[in-house]
Amino acid sequence: MDLKTLTSLSGVSGNEYEARSAIIKQLESMGISYECDVMGNVIAKKGDRGPKVLLDAHMDEVGLMITHVEKNGFLRFAPVGGIDPRVLVSKRVLVGKEKIPGVIGAKAIHLQERDERTQVIPIDRLFIDIGAESGEQAQGKVKAGDYVVFDTEYQELSPGIIKAKALDDRVGCALLFEVLKQDWKEIQLYAVFAVQEEVGLRGARVAAFAVEPDMGIALEGTVCADIPGTDKEFQATRLGKGVALSIMDRGSIPDRKMLNQLVKLAEDEGIPYQFREATSGGNDAGAIQQTKAGCPVASVSVPCRYIHTPCSLMSTSDFEAARKLLIKFLESVEGGFRP
Amino acid sequence: MKDLIKRLTEAFGPSGSEGPVREVITKEVEPYVDEIRVDALGNLICLKKGSGGGKKVILDAHMDEIGVIVTHIDEKGFLRFASVGGVYPVVTLGQRVYFENGTFGVIGSEKLDDIKDLKLDKLFIDIGAANREEASQKVKVGDMGAFFQPAVDLGNRVVAKAMDDRIGCVVVIEALKRLKQTQHDIYAVFATQEEVGLRGARVAAYGIEPDVGIAFDVTSTGDTPKARTMDVSLGKGAAIKVKDSSLVCHPGLRDYLVKLAEAKGIPYQMEVLEWGGTDSGAIQLTRAGVPAAVISIPSRYIHSPSEMVDIGDVEACVKLCVAACESPLDF
Repeated sequence: MDLKTLTSLSGVSGNEYEARSAIIKQLESMGISYECDVMGNVIAKKGDRGPKVLLDAHMDEVGLMITHVEKNGFLRFAPVGGIDPRVLVSKRVLVGKEKIPGVIGAKAIHLQERDERTQVIPIDRLFIDIGAESGEQAQGKVKAGDYVVFDTEYQELSPGIIKAKALDDRVGCALLFEVLKQDWKEIQLYAVFAVQEEVGLRGARVAAFAVEPDMGIALEGTVCADIPGTDKEFQATRLGKGVALSIMDRGSIPDRKMLNQLVKLAEDEGIPYQFREATSGGNDAGAIQQTKAGCPVASVSVPCRYIHTPCSLMSTSDFEAARKLLIKFLESVEGGFRP
Repeated sequence: MKDLIKRLTEAFGPSGSEGPVREVITKEVEPYVDEIRVDALGNLICLKKGSGGGKKVILDAHMDEIGVIVTHIDEKGFLRFASVGGVYPVVTLGQRVYFENGTFGVIGSEKLDDIKDLKLDKLFIDIGAANREEASQKVKVGDMGAFFQPAVDLGNRVVAKAMDDRIGCVVVIEALKRLKQTQHDIYAVFATQEEVGLRGARVAAYGIEPDVGIAFDVTSTGDTPKARTMDVSLGKGAAIKVKDSSLVCHPGLRDYLVKLAEAKGIPYQMEVLEWGGTDSGAIQLTRAGVPAAVISIPSRYIHSPSEMVDIGDVEACVKLCVAACESPLDF
């Protein structure tokens, strides 16, 4: 499934219906068996002998949730997942199942006091304007608990550079589909399209419990700050410089043998790679590693600038590097590599 | 015992890179246990079988220590780093670190206008390389470093890096050596990745499914000049934990340990730690729950490269550990 389709689907944590339905449809068209668990994770399987390898990508994305409909028709909201309030003002959003268009409003610069101009407006003072004339009109369309997704068009900004919302982590979902295209004989591949990563690795935790894997890899769209004003040592990753391998984050320390194997394969095969030069953030690998009596894990990522905002950017060459490395890694497990 | 303390504290083992510590412990305990295995997260699990009719008991001490991880190598060969576990910037300044392959470095700082600006991202490691190429031959991004400080014998007291929690490992090893007869199956768990979130103990306990869990770890003291108030002192015996931020110890097991210490004349003190956590916090919440307690070794200057313990306290902890294993544990 291509990134344009995947990133256009809405799927804020806990409300992954649209993303899940499309993923299931695609799996069915590929003739791949899958299960959907009680949390909403989709677990696809290929191969029926050999070690259990769990590849995880989360289908949920950060977004907002309506908390209150004001009497005058404006909508109050809370973030779902980690969102910097500075990226919200004047963004276009889609509210609820009917995808009612709206904008996140704020007072125009002309009317702001001097100190207002220098301060970030906290989320609890922002609102969504759907153009309702009254509270009654808004209440007819929206209620508290409705999810809000960013309204962003997928676009190729220049050859090989993609702009979209939700690259974190539909890019991982796209990698899962790439891996599922291939037939696997000597491994049991469990491709987990997980829910609720952005609110605490919740989907992956239960999926991994059910699978009880011998090793796990989280596939991610990860931080990338190769931007003006950020010194090289704090950029974490660089766009176009290859697949990013995690050294450690807040959720897990990768199994050293798996990390070394990924590095070795990248070097042997001439696949461009970089280390994720940061230890902040976390991903599903943290939950998978702590499953039952423990599971060795690693994280393989595609650098994405501006993640957790309505517009993130990635390079298709990094995606291609991640795809190649993953397939080489799985082949090496078929060939006998063990953590 | 002092020799073992020296060898263990000087071994290299930041969280996730505990291999060298595991090697030392494996050799040390091999003659005294019936089975040894290493699990998926690198925990060293040693079983000493009981005579029968007893419980499954975990004695946990973590192998890992705090350290640093290389995040970037710049053009001039300086290394930027992040912390592995709780590393205080002010403590790292001027320290030496070393890597598993024997590479040494010193921690330097950018120019600071105010010492309050001192954060880890203002610091770097200088391994004496002239440029990135030379540095990259010795270390790569993702390599972990440990603080370098040789252990020093002060007489009744010993000071070393990584006393947290190699001294716990020493207590468990020493107890395994002295334990002659027990009805319980004793699982000595030398755990990984405690400093980054009790990760090793959590999965080890799941795999073992114990009836009782006791962790051995360092605790702070309140006996230094103008220290934060805490009713634990160096030299006053094994500290039996009531609570810390990760758990409230099982009251029955805790009181049982107190009675045992009194009956055997083992010096002890009660410990209430208002911060911090220990592996027992993870063990307690395993599966449907496990009665868990902690026997702490009082230590000064925790999470610095110079952690100090009292040999008498260590001895008391070993005795209490052996007494617990020999007892019916029918709390």
